[in-house]
Amino acid sequence: MKFIQAVTVALILGWLAGCSSTGAPKESDVAVEDHSDAATEGAATTSGVGAYGDLSIESLNDPNSPLAQRVIYFAYDSSDVAEQDRDIIAAHAAFLAANPDVHVSVEGHTDERGAREYNIGLGDQRAQAVRRMLEFQGVSPSQISTVSFGEEKPAVEGHDESAWSMNRRVELVYVGY
Amino acid sequence: MNAFYRSLLLFLLCLPAWLQAALTIEITQGMDGAVPIAVVPFGTVGTPPEDVAAIIASDLARSGRFAPLARQDLIAHPVEASEVRFQDWRTLGSENLVIGKVESAGPDQYRIQFRLFDVYRGRQITGHSLPAKASQLRKVAHVISDLIYEKLTGQPGAFDTRIAYVISEHSGGRKKYMLQLADSDGYNPKTLLTSAQPLMSPAWSPDGRRLAYVSFEKRRAAVFIQDVFTGKREEISAFAGINGAPSWSPDGTTMAVTLSRDGNPEIYSMRLSDRKLKRLTFGAAIDTEPAWTPDGRSIVFTSDRGGSPQIYRMPAQGGRAQRLTFEGNYNASADVAPDGKSLTLVHGEGGRYRIATLDLENNLLRVVSDGQLDESPSFAPNGSMIIYATESGHRGVLAAVSSDGRFRQRFSLREGNVREPVWSPFTRRK
Repeated sequence: MKFIQAVTVALILGWLAGCSSTGAPKESDVAVEDHSDAATEGAATTSGVGAYGDLSIESLNDPNSPLAQRVIYFAYDSSDVAEQDRDIIAAHAAFLAANPDVHVSVEGHTDERGAREYNIGLGDQRAQAVRRMLEFQGVSPSQISTVSFGEEKPAVEGHDESAWSMNRRVELVYVGY
Repeated sequence: MNAFYRSLLLFLLCLPAWLQAALTIEITQGMDGAVPIAVVPFGTVGTPPEDVAAIIASDLARSGRFAPLARQDLIAHPVEASEVRFQDWRTLGSENLVIGKVESAGPDQYRIQFRLFDVYRGRQITGHSLPAKASQLRKVAHVISDLIYEKLTGQPGAFDTRIAYVISEHSGGRKKYMLQLADSDGYNPKTLLTSAQPLMSPAWSPDGRRLAYVSFEKRRAAVFIQDVFTGKREEISAFAGINGAPSWSPDGTTMAVTLSRDGNPEIYSMRLSDRKLKRLTFGAAIDTEPAWTPDGRSIVFTSDRGGSPQIYRMPAQGGRAQRLTFEGNYNASADVAPDGKSLTLVHGEGGRYRIATLDLENNLLRVVSDGQLDESPSFAPNGSMIIYATESGHRGVLAAVSSDGRFRQRFSLREGNVREPVWSPFTRRK
């Protein structure tokens, strides 16, 4: 927990530094654990702009933030992102654009039906569709990696539409948060 | 010795028997017109560790082409040719008769003789004498089954072959994946790789010595080639995105793979000597699941370029693709028959996914399985059977069906899910 706090502070300070100058955050900027409250408040105020509210690193762990939604669901054999899910992706795009040091893994999945390697292809297209939307909204390609697990990692075990609909998905995974 | 060590010892003592047949085979749909055959228990000198005649009878039964007589119905137990009275076997309606003996030939060394007779003509069709170590007796029994099958059907037998497959297990909230191979009758399972992350798409090299597969062990896909005998492996493809669907060219020099490193799932060929890549497909569709035709000149693959997944064929060096499947809204995962004249594939229609064959000469599609979610069909190297993955009691099991769909059997594990079976090529020289 202490470590996560320290990393959070480090990243926020780094981000603040990035706002005021073009310099990348350095390890030496990061020493001040006892400033954490002030720094956090500062970050929240500074970034509370635009349609997506708080874009600080901390908002990743805020259950009320739009960033708390990290799964996008798909129709059978489709990689089209539904209209209602575009806001979720836009919130993540705004967050990632504001936090260029944060990396996201875009993981595509399918339901169990059909051929396994075709499903790897389908999961890849789902992940690519989300990746393209993120990039289109200003996220650097270097912040995104995609992986398709096809039908290999179902979220819900089961052999009916209620399970399948939960398994046709893209998960946005912030590694280390 | 405390209780722990006692139970450990007991466990270790029981282990060999427990490991012997990880996959148990059960015939689920018999075949009318299977030819009766008598396989007499082989005479023995000493105590060989395997019942060779029982292995042969079981092989012949699993082919669906033969109906071995039950042991209690065998009215005589001839060991030598001079002891055979053909009239006995004609009475039983057995068209053919197999006799033999297993003799000790030194320490850990046996000599197996067998003879196959035509009961109605009253003469020997073939007979051989084969040496074996104790550990090779099962293999020699499968070789004898192959010889009998070939003499009686005109088609080489595929009993002395192996099957590779993937197992997934839940233990303590964790998933465990294993790549295994076993003899074609489910015996002698060996684990080639264990991982906490998915393993997929095993593919045999044409010489049967190596397996290519996909491993997510680094939380991303990579294609590996592993030597089946030494266990040594190398990573051959780990680009960004998909590294999947490996398929060896018939000459073993080239691997077709699916990569999405250019932003979309496309098929590439990789020259294995220097890993030089050539991209074979283009466009926004999913192109994957390459499978070479036996002449090495074409690649059959799955594409949704027409709006739904269908099977296409293109030249092995890339070029214009021709659509092969038109029935049903889902056709994928094709394997080409050893004679190149037909395909087996996953055929989805009306919410069911079943295994079908497609005759490439008359375009006739024929459904040969009866599950709901059948997948991963793979031809036996003699084309007689198709092995595939299905479900039984909410568990993944393997099944095999004769290529004409008339005869079916199921391979079950005691626990866990088994899937993605691939039948090895012939492992010996013909």
